[in-house]
Amino acid sequence: MTLTIPSFTLSSIGPWLTLTGTAILILLVDALSPKGRKAYFPQLSLLGLGIALLQTFRLWNHTGTDFARMVYVDNFAFFFYAVFILGTALTVLISRHYLEDYGKNLGEYYALLLFATLGMMLLAAGAHLIMIFLGLEVMSIAVYVLAGLFREDAKSNEAALKYLVLGAFSSAFLLFGIAMLYGATGGSLYLDDMAARLAQAGALTQPLTLLALALFIVGFGFKVASVPFHMWTPDVYEGAPTSITAFMAVGVKAAAFAAFARVLFLAFPALKVDWVMILWVLAVATMTLGNVVAIAQTNIKRMLAYSSIAHAGYLLVALVAANQLGAVSLLYYLLAYTLMNLGAFGVVILVGRKKDSYLSIYDYSGLGFQHPALAAAMALFMFALAGIPPTAGFVGKFYIFSAAVQAGYIWLAIIGVMNSLVSVFYYLRITVLMYMKPPEAELGPVAFTPALTTVLLVTAVGVLLIGIFPGFLYNLAVNSVKIFPSL
Amino acid sequence: MVVPVSYYLALSVALFALGVIGVLVRRNILVILMCIEMMLNAVNLAFIGFADHFKAVDGQVFVFFVMTVAAAEVAVGLALIVAIFRTRATVYVDDLNILKW
Amino acid sequence: MMMDYVWLIPLFPLVGFLINGFCGQRLPKTIVGIIGSGVIGLSFLVTVKIFLEFLSLPAGTKAVEKVVFTWITSGTFQAQAAFLIDPLSLVMLGVVTGVSFLIHIYSVGYMHDEPGFYRYFSYLNLFVFAMLLLVSANNFLLMFVGWEGVGLCSYLLIGFWYEKKSASDAAKKAFVVNRIGDFGFLLGIFLIFWTFGTVNLREVFALAAKYPVGSGVITAITLLLFVGAIGKSAQIPLYTWLPDAMEGPTPVSALIHAATMVTAGVYMVARCSALYSLAPLSLTVVAAVGALTAIFAATIGMCQFDIKRVLAYSTVSQLGYMFLACGVGAYISGIFHLMTHAFFKALLFLGSGSVIHGLHGEQDMRKMGHLKKYMPITYWTFLLATLAIAGIFPFAGFFSKDEILFHSLVDGKFIYWLIATTAAFITAFYMFRAVFMTFLGESRVDPQVHPHESPPVMTVPLMILAVLSVVGGLVGFPIIEGAHVFREFLSPAITPVAHAGGHQAVSFEVFMMIFSMAVAAIGIYTAYKFYILKPDLPTAIANRFPVIYDYIYNKYFVDELYDATIVEPIKAGSDFLWHGVDDKVVDGAVNGSAGVITWLSAHLRKLETGFVQNYALAILVGVVLITGYLIGR
Repeated sequence: MTLTIPSFTLSSIGPWLTLTGTAILILLVDALSPKGRKAYFPQLSLLGLGIALLQTFRLWNHTGTDFARMVYVDNFAFFFYAVFILGTALTVLISRHYLEDYGKNLGEYYALLLFATLGMMLLAAGAHLIMIFLGLEVMSIAVYVLAGLFREDAKSNEAALKYLVLGAFSSAFLLFGIAMLYGATGGSLYLDDMAARLAQAGALTQPLTLLALALFIVGFGFKVASVPFHMWTPDVYEGAPTSITAFMAVGVKAAAFAAFARVLFLAFPALKVDWVMILWVLAVATMTLGNVVAIAQTNIKRMLAYSSIAHAGYLLVALVAANQLGAVSLLYYLLAYTLMNLGAFGVVILVGRKKDSYLSIYDYSGLGFQHPALAAAMALFMFALAGIPPTAGFVGKFYIFSAAVQAGYIWLAIIGVMNSLVSVFYYLRITVLMYMKPPEAELGPVAFTPALTTVLLVTAVGVLLIGIFPGFLYNLAVNSVKIFPSL
Repeated sequence: MVVPVSYYLALSVALFALGVIGVLVRRNILVILMCIEMMLNAVNLAFIGFADHFKAVDGQVFVFFVMTVAAAEVAVGLALIVAIFRTRATVYVDDLNILKW
Repeated sequence: MMMDYVWLIPLFPLVGFLINGFCGQRLPKTIVGIIGSGVIGLSFLVTVKIFLEFLSLPAGTKAVEKVVFTWITSGTFQAQAAFLIDPLSLVMLGVVTGVSFLIHIYSVGYMHDEPGFYRYFSYLNLFVFAMLLLVSANNFLLMFVGWEGVGLCSYLLIGFWYEKKSASDAAKKAFVVNRIGDFGFLLGIFLIFWTFGTVNLREVFALAAKYPVGSGVITAITLLLFVGAIGKSAQIPLYTWLPDAMEGPTPVSALIHAATMVTAGVYMVARCSALYSLAPLSLTVVAAVGALTAIFAATIGMCQFDIKRVLAYSTVSQLGYMFLACGVGAYISGIFHLMTHAFFKALLFLGSGSVIHGLHGEQDMRKMGHLKKYMPITYWTFLLATLAIAGIFPFAGFFSKDEILFHSLVDGKFIYWLIATTAAFITAFYMFRAVFMTFLGESRVDPQVHPHESPPVMTVPLMILAVLSVVGGLVGFPIIEGAHVFREFLSPAITPVAHAGGHQAVSFEVFMMIFSMAVAAIGIYTAYKFYILKPDLPTAIANRFPVIYDYIYNKYFVDELYDATIVEPIKAGSDFLWHGVDDKVVDGAVNGSAGVITWLSAHLRKLETGFVQNYALAILVGVVLITGYLIGR
């Protein structure tokens, strides 16, 4: 028996290798360096992320698969790489000062962030269901640990445990779905082959296919925080360290959507009618519940958690549209959401000050007079999240809803628009508190570090820039979704 | 004797359902983790059954990955349980609800 | 060509907003004021230059589009950041920049003691930016940007004195009501996009021309857009926020809630005349809502004592006139009235602001009177504006209002005309009531307060606006062929209704004018009788001539009868409308829907029990439902 080792190009997974290498390097340096000299992990992580980003640029416009068809090498994956790298880099920047207050500026934090990013990349580029499963778990396990980073804090522990139990529970469903799909396709796990194999398979395997589809929706629905799989979100977002909450809200969601879109578009085009119907209902329920419950929240992190649920709903609308504009809007919105949400969390960290002392929305009262620049940035992010022009949030929502209109889902678009009107209520409340209420108490100085200032500048400028000039990003996204023949 | 694939599948579904029920009704976090393990192993069984049936090796490879991942998950889970036991002195899930609403 | 730099017009206010918003705190007030007003002045100059250039364009040029950059593209769809220069947008740009400039200058004086001076000017500049975007956008999406922007600024400015609970409540109400309108507007845009595949104004209008009159989709689009207009322009049933919006500083009321933002709805309907003219049903709705609002708000205005609220209801009523005009297909008359109204209503508000300023914050007309002596400039300018709004020849309001009355009879229905004429009578009555109670008669001013005339920085804008209120209507001189410059200028931008009424005899037109003026005169006289004569007459005459007194009394009895049969019921009705309908029904609906959502929110959050197994159960329920649906479909 001869063993043929398939040919492969290492550079097609260059970003993965870089991130893995950097993460291991950080762990080694952490273990070997003397105590108290651990200030350079953020810089190291940023360096690694920067190199990974460069590699991603170099890879741009490559097509096809590599590693014996296990990995997609295409612009869809690369676009998401860039989103993940951006999200992680911004998370690294908002983390340091915040962690130092807790005495948790540890090497493993950054290593885990990089590992989680690696997992996201696996998810976005996985061409084989093993890769997708592996990516999902690499990402999730790292995030479970990160959510429980504050070991001494009961909230952080509880958040991590809830996330772990429910995450593992839903992964088991997803896994069961994969097994069913494996059976239905007659023993294939390649995404590329799925559609053809499912078409060939007889009526006998139909129940397996349907079960697989249902369980895929459950598994990814959990990760993107869609109703009714959303219930972990508020608790975990509230309890986890704020920087990790931000990371989860943007990175994990984006990665799950990347894999979700790929699986639905590539493996289940034949069942489009069915999954569109289900996602239609999920999207409506998710948007509505997220927005309505957000109104009653007084903890800013919890409010942003419900906001993130609502945004999952909008993004599901993009999947329901299932046309080219829908896919484009998904990509555009995820990038826009990364910027505006991380910006908002940057402000939350700054306003929270030492050890999250100020997390109530009422702590934002009078911020406009005490820290005008900070308040202006927060107002901008709130407007963007609410979808008020000319921010990126507006353009993104416009793309999403016009994709739905184009696909003929007028009512879905109407419900979406109505929802975004409701959402303005709670986003604007923050603005109102900042500008129209006297300060509750002298909140003291806010520690602007260069890193946090950079984050706020980058995100604020980004939100406006891609809102006013969305053309460049739109073209990139169009370029990225060309890989889906069924759209 | 060849065992039909449907037998594997039925056993797998039964095990999986047992796991689900366990997660829903047991109070001890350790037991809940075990039940999740049971669900994963039910999936493994299905994979092996299909792999054998279709003579396709992917399923068996998948099982290795699932086992590895499950081990990692349990390691993290146990670490969290230790941490929780230190701060809260409990291993029961219904004591864990400071985060709500 | 200056026209290539049309983007400068909105850019200047934006720059002003940025400077004042970010550095204003550290700048002296004089500089903030100069920057704030100066940028608007520059915009005005650019507008004038472009206007002159537009006039010199070869005949037949209907409109010029200037694309700055392409904003949103998707496939063949494009929305540009581009400006449409045509007669309609030029008129609007001129009105907005001109009136804003005067109000900005006035604000320097009015807001002088305000600690949030820089904040005020930055919001005001931002507002002007958004408003300019709204009126000059070449597509619906960009128009929507301005539409949202003006709403937001209006919200910020109504709640400017956020320490007052009433102010922040009013802001909230304005916001909620406007969201309902914006929802309609946005849906309208989506429907346009879906139907025509473009949101460019001129492309949409060109494509719409292929549809038959009365086509369902056009009717739906126009009705949805009109919902937006109802919210923004405070028409029945979404008008309640406007009177409350008077909680904002008075120059804000003058600028946003009289001259510019609230007229955005009228502008939009006129702008979409190509669509509305194809939808007779929508036009009927527009006209009916306009006519109803005109009379409804006017009757409420009769029993208000707060000088600003009188003006607020009057604004609602005048906006009703504009919609009535658009609804009967007389779009140009609507825009004409929009322009003259901007002049005289801004003047009225600024005048009332001057009064309030002179009385150190007093707004109740029962505590005014005889202010003519102390503030002559304010009095005379206010009087001119009142004559204009009452529709007395040759003041600006006469021409525009008369046109609307004329068209509502000729192109509309008799009932429209009747309502509008009655409303004109009431308008004349309550506006002069305001003049009499404020400036004439006995002084009821609190002896502690010493009224004084406002400084020149405030009175000069008043005088300029007064001149405009007097001569502003002459551009639309009727009867003489070719003298209606305004109509000649504007007509290329408007698509008339197909069935527009034929030419009427000149004598009929003249008769109508005389009639409407007579109506106004009776209104003024009634007010005079009630608020100047009545308080003294009965007692004085009764003492000297008891017999004659009887006679007069009997004569007067007619008045009393009139009072009892006409005025009192109207007053009672007005009171009912104000307290009953206004407060209970409309407010109730607005607060109710907000309440339902809040209630839902408070209860739905309880689903989040905190128990991890409940969450797992929810996941399982999801699994079962989805699987069940897929298997059992």
